[in-house]
Amino acid sequence: MSDDIIRLSASELGERLAAHEISAVEATQASLDRIAAVDGGVNAFLHVATDAALTAARDIDRRRGSGEKLGPLAGVPIAVKDVLVTTDMPTTAGSRILEGWVPPYDATSVRLVREAGLIPIGKTNMDEFAMGSSTEHSAYGPTHNPWALDRIPGGSGGGSAAAVAAFEAPIALGSDTGGSIRQPAHVTGTVGVKPTYGAVSRYGAIAMASSLDQIGPVSRTVLDSALLHDIIGKHDHHDSTSLRDRWPSMAEAVRTADVSGMRIGVIRQLDGEGFQQGVLDRFHESLALLEKAGAEIVEVNTPNFEYAISAYYLIMPAEASSNLAKFDSVRFGLRVTPEGGGTVEDVMAATREAGFGAEVKRRIILGTYALSAGYYDAYYGSAQKVRTLVQRDFNAAFAQVDVVASPTAPTTAFKLGEKSDDPMAMYLNDIATIPANLAGVPGISLPAGLAAEDGLPVGIQFVAPARADERLYTVGGALEKLLEAEWGGRLLDQAPDLTQLIAAQEGAR
Amino acid sequence: MSGISAEQVAHIANLARIDLSPEEIATLTAELDQIVDSVAKVTEVATPDVPATSHPIPLENVFRDDVVGETLTVEQALAGAPDHDGSRFRVSAILGEEQ
Amino acid sequence: MARAELMDFDKALELFEPVMGFEVHVELNTKTKMFSDAPNVFGSEPNTNITPTCLGLPGSLPVVNAQAVRYSISLGLALGCEIAPSSRFARKNYFYPDTPKNYQISQFDEPIAFEGSVDVELSDGSIVSVPIERAHMEEDAGKLTHVGGSTGRIQGAEYSLVDYNRAGVPLVEIVTKPIYGAEHSSPELAKAYVSTIRDIVVSLGISDAKMERGNLRCDANVSLRPRAAAGEPVAPLGTRTETKNVNSLRSVERAVRYEIQRQAAILAKGGSITQETRHWHEDTGETSAGRPKSDADDYRYFPEPDLLPVVPSAELIEELRSALPEPPAARRRRLKAEWGFTDLEFQDINNAGLLTEITETVAAGATPAAARKWWTGEIARIANTSDADAASLVSPADVAALANLVDAGTLTDRLARQVLEGVIAGEGTPQEVVDARGLAVVSDDGALIAAIDEALLGQPDVLAKIRDGKVQAAGAVIGAVMKAMKGQADAARVRELVLERAQQV
Repeated sequence: MSDDIIRLSASELGERLAAHEISAVEATQASLDRIAAVDGGVNAFLHVATDAALTAARDIDRRRGSGEKLGPLAGVPIAVKDVLVTTDMPTTAGSRILEGWVPPYDATSVRLVREAGLIPIGKTNMDEFAMGSSTEHSAYGPTHNPWALDRIPGGSGGGSAAAVAAFEAPIALGSDTGGSIRQPAHVTGTVGVKPTYGAVSRYGAIAMASSLDQIGPVSRTVLDSALLHDIIGKHDHHDSTSLRDRWPSMAEAVRTADVSGMRIGVIRQLDGEGFQQGVLDRFHESLALLEKAGAEIVEVNTPNFEYAISAYYLIMPAEASSNLAKFDSVRFGLRVTPEGGGTVEDVMAATREAGFGAEVKRRIILGTYALSAGYYDAYYGSAQKVRTLVQRDFNAAFAQVDVVASPTAPTTAFKLGEKSDDPMAMYLNDIATIPANLAGVPGISLPAGLAAEDGLPVGIQFVAPARADERLYTVGGALEKLLEAEWGGRLLDQAPDLTQLIAAQEGAR
Repeated sequence: MSGISAEQVAHIANLARIDLSPEEIATLTAELDQIVDSVAKVTEVATPDVPATSHPIPLENVFRDDVVGETLTVEQALAGAPDHDGSRFRVSAILGEEQ
Repeated sequence: MARAELMDFDKALELFEPVMGFEVHVELNTKTKMFSDAPNVFGSEPNTNITPTCLGLPGSLPVVNAQAVRYSISLGLALGCEIAPSSRFARKNYFYPDTPKNYQISQFDEPIAFEGSVDVELSDGSIVSVPIERAHMEEDAGKLTHVGGSTGRIQGAEYSLVDYNRAGVPLVEIVTKPIYGAEHSSPELAKAYVSTIRDIVVSLGISDAKMERGNLRCDANVSLRPRAAAGEPVAPLGTRTETKNVNSLRSVERAVRYEIQRQAAILAKGGSITQETRHWHEDTGETSAGRPKSDADDYRYFPEPDLLPVVPSAELIEELRSALPEPPAARRRRLKAEWGFTDLEFQDINNAGLLTEITETVAAGATPAAARKWWTGEIARIANTSDADAASLVSPADVAALANLVDAGTLTDRLARQVLEGVIAGEGTPQEVVDARGLAVVSDDGALIAAIDEALLGQPDVLAKIRDGKVQAAGAVIGAVMKAMKGQADAARVRELVLERAQQV
């Protein structure tokens, strides 16, 4: 029974809960049991809120029992990326500098999922302050890919993606600054959406790069992401950049998905050199299926994408260097006093030296450099201009097509440790996802199949114009249906048995 | 090569208040040089006629009314503090002895 | 700290031309802070007026206070500035424990107001136009208390305590262009300028403007350049020092005078001025060296990504412009006429920077003459002996209440001075001091008559003289009666009664 519950999608579970076939306590307990069984091997969770989750679940059961009309995901467990502050769970953003910190407030997205009756079951692992593409930069050890435990689950939101792929939770919250929701989805055979910048409040999301960060859903099905998107996509007066738009239902877009007549642009610059063959094969097969279903496939040209990574690796570290200045040992978090004492300046510098990991320091130093006197115009200023050029490329593309498509990332999951000594190689992982963050436009990654050469998941990314998030769900929902018909089920059904993988790994030790 | 020196990295680390070890400064000097060399590519297309974009979705005049909202209690404010005296945050002396 | 050598002021002016510049920070009296809905209130228990945003907690975000923007535009207009069609916020990055995020949200290359001027009146009645470079919006920092070492000083402290109640209070920083040509009047102009800014923000109603509370803070830049002999080219500007947080009108004047004298002494000896911030010490009347300017001042400004541009509509600007109070010069002309003061009387008030206090005292119900008498008389005397600004000692409402107690005959002038002392000592309102100290005039004729009769009968020779019409002899009796009444009687009434009773006892 428990095993059946954990394999249900969030929407399926929501229906069973609404029909009183499963209780929220049972659903929550099933997730908690699964975490207890497999998270030792996956390390997707930094904190599991057993008591708080069961208390919240009992409350939902009581309300449902008293006849209260609840939302479609009420009683469904949800995993929360540790970048979002939570009152009842510690929040560390994967950093030693925040170890044990329990915030006095909830992130708006967390408040909204609580209000919708979802049950936060724990906080998921991530690269420290969301800086990375592999979760290897977490201060609390890497997360392992449930498809192959010696491989990365993507990053920075590898914990949320792995939790969902490992059936530890049906759905999760993530954050995406340069691909941190979409790239983990790509390497774990799951779905992840970065909404339009401003569609979801950033209040309570520990900032890496304020003008790039966006909160979004992580799930196993397109419909689940849509349902969560509908819950968290609301205006918030605590976030000045929050949009006031009245959004159409994303779930409705999935349910009525039809791509006939839809024009899909294939980004020439992200279709060839530097991409693994298995990734390209699955990408083209997906396009062929969409074409057969009535979509029109067109090639689009985005010449300035070539500069996107460079611009990103100036803007992101610059903003991050300022955003992370607050971690100074005065009001919260770690304090390290140098031997023999020292001034407050010495204490701050010693704390930041001890509390931040290598990648965080690297980016703070890079960002501080990019903003410092004499370099601002050449680096930060130029990067902001490239941002304009990338937006213009998208505008030109969207004048021709409804959405653009590309592989989500160049390769399938690489091995843990493989790229950790080469920052530039690691940064290239984000080549396909970064342009959407620079332009503020929405993007989705969904499973496109397995690469022939390594049997690992491959994702396909669609990007829509700003404020046209529903198009992602139309094309994503339609493609998912076509692919599942081909596969005879979900891609995750083809994943190896995790308990066997863990047992094998333990046996190998 | 953009020619970033170890002294420069040490200076930046001081601005960023990180007490880097000499080994870290050495490593970062090499890495930073490589990264900066690579990202300097942005200057190729950032011509004067291109305006800068600081916000991906342009908005303006986002204000809030001047109305008092909920505040934290002192206990909440101090709960996460490494050191406090019951009402205020405590920090080491700001100036060193020679100052 | 070694005592700096000073050059005689007149001698300094002979050799050098002083150039000044001012940065005045005005705390706005909005109900909430600049970027958070925490209360903007002075004097609360530490760390109670705070939200996650005021503490810079991870995940918190700023949202701009609309009223602070309106106030800033009004102030910009009152300073004769252009209002920027679009302005934006920037982050000023530096580490300091009173700055919760370790960056201050300020405005950098796009301030809300720029290019204005303020007319300032000097004691000789001349008007100096002070050029304004810009006025921009920013947030205040928290408050540090240094513990250990010499009291309250940062030097030698063992540790410091931080209260973030003030963190995020809205500020407008008004920056002047360099001010040339003030010459001997430089110190006076400095004081008059700050006083004028204070009058402006008070008449706009946008700040409490209490300098002693830090609602209005002045940083004074001073540099000297050698005078060029006839036919020589004008010397370039000298190196400037920035004297920080000069927190009274009196101190602004003294600090500028001090810096002119100090710098002149150094330059005359062939020394050079270090570009640095200096701290004003109210007690010694000196400035001391602070941090030298260095590349640690690399603030790495960049546009604040969490906030959007401020684009005020033409309608809003015109609405605020039409609601502006009259300019200070016009206001002075009007008040002088309304109050019926002589030129000299009015100059005194203006030079003492008491225009605002007297206006408010009159508004609180005192006559202009009484308001002037108290502020320029007893209060100014106490301020002078205690090295404080008159305005910091007592509120206009209390002065009006005091004047009214005298008018009503409840207090004599002498009693009223005692009451004033009590009010300044913090014993409460004038009425409360009267009640607590039992200082009211004895207006019960019965009690007075009994005392008078006793005094008259006790001095039969005096009584005889009075009866003989030698009324000046009454003085001895009046003195005795006043003594018996412990001074709490109206001397004029006692005199009347003495003359009356002398014919009756």
